[in-house]
Amino acid sequence: MKEIRIFARAGQGAITSATILASAAFEEGKYAFAFPHFGSERMGAPLNAYVRLDDKPIRSRSQVKEPDYVLVQDPTLLAGYNVAEGLKPGGVVVINSTETPEALGLGLNRGRVVTVPASQIAQELLGRADRSNTPLIGAFAAATGEISLDTLKDAVRRRFPGSAGEKNAQAVEQGYGIAKAKEAV
Amino acid sequence: MARRIIEGSRAVAEAVALCKPQVVAAYPITPQTHIVHELAQLVADGNLKLEFVNVESEHSAASVVLGASATGVRVFTSSSSQGLVLMAEVLFNIAGMRLPVVLACVNRAVSAPLSIWTDHQDSMVVRDAGILQFYSENAQEAADLTYLAYRVAEDHRVLLPAMVCLDGYVISHAWEVVDMPEADQVDAYLPPFQPRYRLDPTHPVSMGMYAEPDKYLEARYMVQRAMERSIGIIQDASNDFERVFGRPCPGLMEEYRMEDADTVMVAMGSMASTAKMVVDQHRESGEKLGLLKLITYRPFPEKLLYQALEPASRVVVLDKAVSLGAQGPLGTEVRSMFLGQPRPRSVSTFILGLGGRDVTESVIDDALRKARRGQQTGEFLDLRSDLDLEEV
Repeated sequence: MKEIRIFARAGQGAITSATILASAAFEEGKYAFAFPHFGSERMGAPLNAYVRLDDKPIRSRSQVKEPDYVLVQDPTLLAGYNVAEGLKPGGVVVINSTETPEALGLGLNRGRVVTVPASQIAQELLGRADRSNTPLIGAFAAATGEISLDTLKDAVRRRFPGSAGEKNAQAVEQGYGIAKAKEAV
Repeated sequence: MARRIIEGSRAVAEAVALCKPQVVAAYPITPQTHIVHELAQLVADGNLKLEFVNVESEHSAASVVLGASATGVRVFTSSSSQGLVLMAEVLFNIAGMRLPVVLACVNRAVSAPLSIWTDHQDSMVVRDAGILQFYSENAQEAADLTYLAYRVAEDHRVLLPAMVCLDGYVISHAWEVVDMPEADQVDAYLPPFQPRYRLDPTHPVSMGMYAEPDKYLEARYMVQRAMERSIGIIQDASNDFERVFGRPCPGLMEEYRMEDADTVMVAMGSMASTAKMVVDQHRESGEKLGLLKLITYRPFPEKLLYQALEPASRVVVLDKAVSLGAQGPLGTEVRSMFLGQPRPRSVSTFILGLGGRDVTESVIDDALRKARRGQQTGEFLDLRSDLDLEEV
């Protein structure tokens, strides 16, 4: 089983990200489980969303404490949270940031950090920097190989019908491309 | 049948739609809102034909479905926490009037302190109302128990309201893989509602009338007898479920790895999933541990539950609610079954997971450890040690 923990603020679409990842994994023949955990029902409040992916039905419904992968959609949360806490050896942390992983200084000794300028991509393609969820999950797909780009784009198109779906699919592709290029270095 | 990945609330809403209620009335409250939101959307999009009544409170929502049900149509409502507590007065009336209203309770803690997170306190408030109560482990079960709830509630040998309970967020807001049946399968399983009595101007009757002391006792006795009768009817409905849908829906209870188990846990709702993981781990190290997942809490299937637990020497009950000043409701009832029995057993009762505290494998392990040391009674698990809890 692979477990994902997403850090974001309410209103940034992290719960949507979790459900898109789960839907895409399901389309690839996996079992998936995605659920939110937030402190208070307020826009801007920090929240977590969790995803579990497995080849067999998933029983665990408790919060993800030892993730294989971490997604940080809002880099301001790095100041208040140890986002890599409990990260499994070989784990990956994907962060929405224009900085390099080294500059963020997470000091991981058993996992790696991938950064992607998801807010910039969102601003350019979607006209809103806070719609950074779709480029971020694109980067996740590239950095982890858990889900193929095409399946993910299809899942995004299903979630947002019409032109919004197309633009978000482009955002996924850009996030994917940037993370893939960084992987190749 | 279609296997899909959907939100738990959506699964319940679609299950309700497949049962074709004619009137839905509801008032929004977290975390129940998604269910009626989805139903309202289906109606607004023209994909579901029913009268959706927007009301100003949960008391009114329950009153609307009471009245609609009395006219002889199938109805649905749902609520959580404070909303369900506000419905309570009407729910007792619905049961006493023998109206087969089906409602979903998306389980949430009751204030104060204010909490939007899950435990079983809200549905426990109305456990004595004369409502059948089914507790689901996951979205699949929540949807399946909806079909079963209508079928049992509307059976002329029962005629009582039924509540499908699902844990807030961990089921209601979780996306998971669910098998949704075809409409004709549900039609084959659930016949159209045939009211035994209904409000009809051409054949006037009165319902919910005043009962003098020479009749009230009998009216309550008859509800009690209907509750008892419903146990066999739930079993039949469960057997038929497997025949029609091709997969099981246990109905009363599920026994998990209980063969030769000397310790058996008893739990309801989503924590049964976590408890199953704990059972698997302990079984791997050779421990004879099992789980009894209780699905039907009202009626309390005492005889069958006793039979199932009888071979075990240690029983560990996990309650996600507390009768403040006494103990956990499930723990109290399970323990009472063993009183006066020839073979003494250790029955430990624990309270955990209130107000959304995460029920982890290690918390359940802690319960097992404590129960092994000696019988525990109403012990709270996972209490914080950094606070002075003895202060008033």
